[in-house]
Amino acid sequence: MRAITKIMAAVAVGSLASSVQAAETIEQRAAACFGCHGEHGQSETAYTPSLGAQQSPYALIQLFMFREKLRTFEPMNDMTKSFTDDDLQKFADFVSRLPKPQPPTDVGDPARMQKGLALAQANHCNSCHNADFSGKENVPRLANQREDYLNKTLNEYKDNTRHGYDGTMADVMGSVSKEQIAALAYYISHYR
Amino acid sequence: MRISSSASRSLLLAGAFIGVLSYGAAAQTASPPAAAPAAAPALPPGSPLIGRPDNEAAQKLAPVAAPPIAAAPDKLPMDKLKVPAGFHLEVYAAGMPNARSLALGDKGTVFVGSRTVDKVYAIINKDGKREVKVIASGLYRPNGVAFKNGTLYIAELSKISKIDNIEDHLDNPPKPTVIYDNLPKDEAHGWKFIAIGPDNKLYIPVGQPGNNVLHDKDHGQIRRINLDGSGAEVVALGVRNSVGFDWNPQTKQLYFTDNGRDWLSEDVPNDELNRVTKVGEDFGAPYCYQGNIPDPEFGWGHSCSEFTPPVALMGPHAASLGMRFYTGKMFPASFKDQIIVARHGSWNRTHKFGGDVVVVHLNKDGTVKNIEPIVTGFLQDNKYVGRPVDVMQLKDGSMLISDDWNGAVYRLSYGKSKVAAQ
Ligand code: HEC
Ligand code: HEC
Repeated sequence: MRAITKIMAAVAVGSLASSVQAAETIEQRAAACFGCHGEHGQSETAYTPSLGAQQSPYALIQLFMFREKLRTFEPMNDMTKSFTDDDLQKFADFVSRLPKPQPPTDVGDPARMQKGLALAQANHCNSCHNADFSGKENVPRLANQREDYLNKTLNEYKDNTRHGYDGTMADVMGSVSKEQIAALAYYISHYR
Repeated sequence: MRISSSASRSLLLAGAFIGVLSYGAAAQTASPPAAAPAAAPALPPGSPLIGRPDNEAAQKLAPVAAPPIAAAPDKLPMDKLKVPAGFHLEVYAAGMPNARSLALGDKGTVFVGSRTVDKVYAIINKDGKREVKVIASGLYRPNGVAFKNGTLYIAELSKISKIDNIEDHLDNPPKPTVIYDNLPKDEAHGWKFIAIGPDNKLYIPVGQPGNNVLHDKDHGQIRRINLDGSGAEVVALGVRNSVGFDWNPQTKQLYFTDNGRDWLSEDVPNDELNRVTKVGEDFGAPYCYQGNIPDPEFGWGHSCSEFTPPVALMGPHAASLGMRFYTGKMFPASFKDQIIVARHGSWNRTHKFGGDVVVVHLNKDGTVKNIEPIVTGFLQDNKYVGRPVDVMQLKDGSMLISDDWNGAVYRLSYGKSKVAAQ
């Protein structure tokens, strides 16, 4: 399989560079991701998710959805366009091994943290996503994800511009208001 | 196949950063703290957590998602799947992510719907070889497929469309045209199985929009339409979420599987196998489950005797989905006009149940005698290695079984004619 990929890549591009690239390790190939997602699992880029310690089955599903254009964000769709199934799996496993993102230095405003916690409990976010928001299998890790990204993506689930792999999050967000989304994003990003 | 080169990658990155910059400009500061809501919000109607008790064992359970990538033919769990003596199971086609409902064309093409991807596949028999093609994509949860007089019908989450003379256009199929879209858009139980009845009408289930909810008049039912989309009429009520049905070849009565509610307990309610004896019959959901359990929340003020009980109980949380009557001659005579059912398998249970294909033996009067497994082994050590979704008979009397976990279709045969005509 690997050998075939190599040959096909070489034939398709017809350059030495490509066959060298096919021999690259996943760590080397992932350099292309770090510009946006951050090198140590923690994103420093607005609206771009941290990937560290993300659940591998979830990451695989998302990378697959980007490749199939079932989830749309052009740079990610381009990035994954020519990935093989095997590539998707390798990148998913790779990001799951990156260190988990760190909580921000400020501990968070106690009143806002309290409000976020209450909302997370009322909506059972901490059931599917685990009590410590570490996620499991196809349910993503959320703890210390970027606040701006959480805000954006939760709003997109709500207005159905982000289609989940299944309908779970669209259903969950049905009765969560925009204002509550902001409170949840604040809480989850500051979670300790 | 991967053809990206270092050069194309750095180009991509350059483009990427432009994208990021424009994002930065749009970045907003954290929203101001807003007044706390007076009371915690109730769970939304579609939430799979409605009714979930607050304990650790229950918290471990959540719907199981199939891997997005179809298993390679040599990675299919063929050595784990078991069939009774005399039967034989083989791979019919593989490489179709999330392969779900099945339909058979007049010329032998097998059509396969999907749920978590956007595609309808065709398994084509050409020059003595089988080949898989995507014949429609960009669809939204196109779970249901049906075929009649040359036309393929496709059910997406909230619309039904068709492609005429599909088998003459497999290489370059036109886009499906919509015939009916007067359907709710709920995600929960929104994906659809469809089939065309002996009355030449297309039957469409509309599930309850959530685990256990009081629904309006547009949900919790099976309706039928004419093949041009006109004349919608409700056939069965009190249907929680049916993902499979067929008509008794003797009595022409409609039988359907229905998935029982989650979280009531580990062992009840069972999924139902129901029989419709008159139009407009009510099968109980969400007031009464499995014919004899009043729902603890909605059952008050009702009695199970108000509703038609199931003809068979199909097991707790078993996810009994696709079902067809066996009318072929290949299987032993005891299978004639009996029902073959795919049980996708549970998520809402500590020890998973189902993950098999069973035959439901009927008495002369159409009631159920017993249930017997015919393909087992999809469930290994409480984990799925495959999940059967739909069953469909081929002209030679063998049965196809779809597996959305592996993106494959298997063929179950009996006796000497072991391998499908290639
Ligand atoms: C142009 C910057 C950019 C590059 C380069 C990039 N990504 Fe992304 N990626 C994003 C953004 C932005 C999102 C979120 C898109 C959205 O909002 O839906 C994302 C989403 C993801 C997600 C889903 C995360 C989640 O929590 O849902 C994964 C996984 C991912 N990227 C992996 C990768 C990998 C692996 C690479 C390298 C092969 C890569 N990305 C390269 C910007 C980038
Ligand atoms: C029934 C289980 C369930 C519940 C309850 C639930 N989630 Fe999710 N969540 C999921 C699943 C499954 C996904 C992945 C969906 C997909 O394929 O896009 C997800 C995805 C997400 C994502 C996307 C993460 C990323 O990296 O892009 C966020 C954010 C999220 N959930 C937040 C929440 C919040 C906040 C709540 C409570 C209001 C909540 N979830 C409740 C199952 C659940």
